Amino acid sequence: MASPSARGAAIDLKSVSKHYGSFIALDKVSLHIEPGEFMTLLGPSGSGKTTTLNVIAGFTEVSSGSLDVGGKSVIGVPAHKRNIGVVFQHYALFPHMTVSRNVAYPLTLRGIANPDRAARVRKALDMVKMADFGHRFPSELSGGQQQRVALARAIVFDPPLLLMDEPLGALDKKLREWLQLEIKRIHRELGTTFVYVTHDQEEALVLSDRIAVFNQGRIEQIGTGRQLYDEPETLFVGKFVGDSTILRGAASTSGNETAIDVAGRKVAAAKRLPDGAKPVMLLRPEKLGLARRGKGGQDRNTLPGRIGEAIYLGSGSKYEVVLADTSKAIVRSTLDAETFAIGDEVDLVFAGSDVKLLADDENADFTLT
Amino acid sequence: MATRAIDSRNTVSAVAADDRRRWFRGQAFWLVAPALLLLVICLGLPLAIVTLRSFSEPQWGWQNYAWFFGTPVNLTVLQRTFAISAWVTLVCLIAGYPYAYVMTAVGPKMRLVLILCVLVPFWVSGVVRTLAWVILLQDSGVINSVIRAVGLSPVKLIRTQTGVVIGMAQVLLPFMILPLYSVMKTIDLRLMQAARSLGASPARAFAQVYLPLSLPGVYAGAIIVFILALGFYITPALLGGPRSTMLSTLIQNQVLSLLNWGRGGAMGVVLLIATFVLLALAAPLSRQPHKTGSTR
Repeated sequence: MASPSARGAAIDLKSVSKHYGSFIALDKVSLHIEPGEFMTLLGPSGSGKTTTLNVIAGFTEVSSGSLDVGGKSVIGVPAHKRNIGVVFQHYALFPHMTVSRNVAYPLTLRGIANPDRAARVRKALDMVKMADFGHRFPSELSGGQQQRVALARAIVFDPPLLLMDEPLGALDKKLREWLQLEIKRIHRELGTTFVYVTHDQEEALVLSDRIAVFNQGRIEQIGTGRQLYDEPETLFVGKFVGDSTILRGAASTSGNETAIDVAGRKVAAAKRLPDGAKPVMLLRPEKLGLARRGKGGQDRNTLPGRIGEAIYLGSGSKYEVVLADTSKAIVRSTLDAETFAIGDEVDLVFAGSDVKLLADDENADFTLT
Repeated sequence: MATRAIDSRNTVSAVAADDRRRWFRGQAFWLVAPALLLLVICLGLPLAIVTLRSFSEPQWGWQNYAWFFGTPVNLTVLQRTFAISAWVTLVCLIAGYPYAYVMTAVGPKMRLVLILCVLVPFWVSGVVRTLAWVILLQDSGVINSVIRAVGLSPVKLIRTQTGVVIGMAQVLLPFMILPLYSVMKTIDLRLMQAARSLGASPARAFAQVYLPLSLPGVYAGAIIVFILALGFYITPALLGGPRSTMLSTLIQNQVLSLLNWGRGGAMGVVLLIATFVLLALAAPLSRQPHKTGSTR
């Protein structure tokens, strides 16, 4: 374990579909994951991210498409012959075995005997900082401790690929943030390919080399966190990753420029959409400024509004601004910036180059559960 | 951090549990009083009388027990009673285990159907069910007709030990299935997925994860079925012959035909003590302290 030569496996999904009767859980999903990469599958519930994980683990058979792990097709290979580590949201530790026996279980199955087995169990428990708990039963551990044991059990047999299905979903925020860093450290030390499923976009940004954003059984965009945040390709990605302000209105194009009319004011972006697409504009909270009404200056786009909500965050403030057309904008300001109170009349100020022009999509709404 | 949160939760619930206990000490007696009264009058009292008469009739002393253990046929029947009960338990376990497992795996509608299939026999009198078995098992009955129709030689079922075991197993099957189901439904099926991901074939995952976790249900069902089978009367009396007599038939013979309450009582007490010994031996097996881990 943890030897630098133990590289992770590459994963190649090509046009993978999964149908349950008439319900399409996965719709021609293609995804390439590099050896040793930390890839997060991000999306709301029912978007297909967990189905994708189950397909890779071998718990779910594909309806069509191809799946290669480490350069070999694993279609039709049962889960127990895939040699893939899996960490589940609900830990799935065997309640009738001690921590040590849980972690030793995959080694026992592989015919690895003591003292080699005991040494590897100790090493895996050391890695997750649970070495002192070997004699305990899972029911005697807290949730975070159980999940660390589950992680040790999933890595002890040196799988070239580790799958994690919302492993921190049942834990509270502080513990979650700390374990995120632990998972990052373990990924770095092992060099194994990690595929991580979450609906928490912040978690995805903290952990991942790249993120695949799922929606309604399809991948909307694959990229680094920065790419998804700065250059969302679809409205769904823009709304799901980070906070955003969406501007809608009657659109007009002239030359290479698109403008939309927000309650009588024109907002322009230097880009054109393909014919037939209805344009919307997306702005990130950091790219928006606030000024008291009429003091916004003339060289930039401005939109009038009223402060609807003001939230103090410690590191700055977050405002919800109600625009003239009743749509809402989200603005984040730094500590030293001017502060506003609920009801203040303001101007929303931004540069035309920060406006992202995207095609409208009625499937861009999502619910988090 | 997290440990502290969990500790405080435990403390709160521990305080609440303490309060409940204090309340119970004062009030709970009245809640169990009716059932307790019924047990004392209908079970405790007659049992005490039977035990007393086993020592007092026709004279005071151990004579009835001396007779019981001194008569070879009694010992043969006692041994047979345990053997038949063991067979019935085994048959119930083999038939009931997969049934209970399927009950946990199917959807709610199908589960209702399966539960009804288990419970409907409860609503039919045991005599009626046993008579139905007489019709099925007799030499010219349904089963033998089928066997003859496919060209095999008929099997003697009625008035044999096999017939008794078949009939009793059918009557007692629900007592195996229901405790099995109540334990199996608490087993997290994701544990099986976890075992498979770690490299266990479905058979090994079952043997090393599912089976051990279902054992409390196996023990509970087996003990209930075994003990009920020990005291079975109607089914062996109707389906069995002289070579499959069980102890209950001998007791009935002594008490109702020969009016020898002393000997009948002694046989009852022997059966009761044998049952208690068995329960005491099985009790440690049915305990499993670390059952709840994965769901928290």
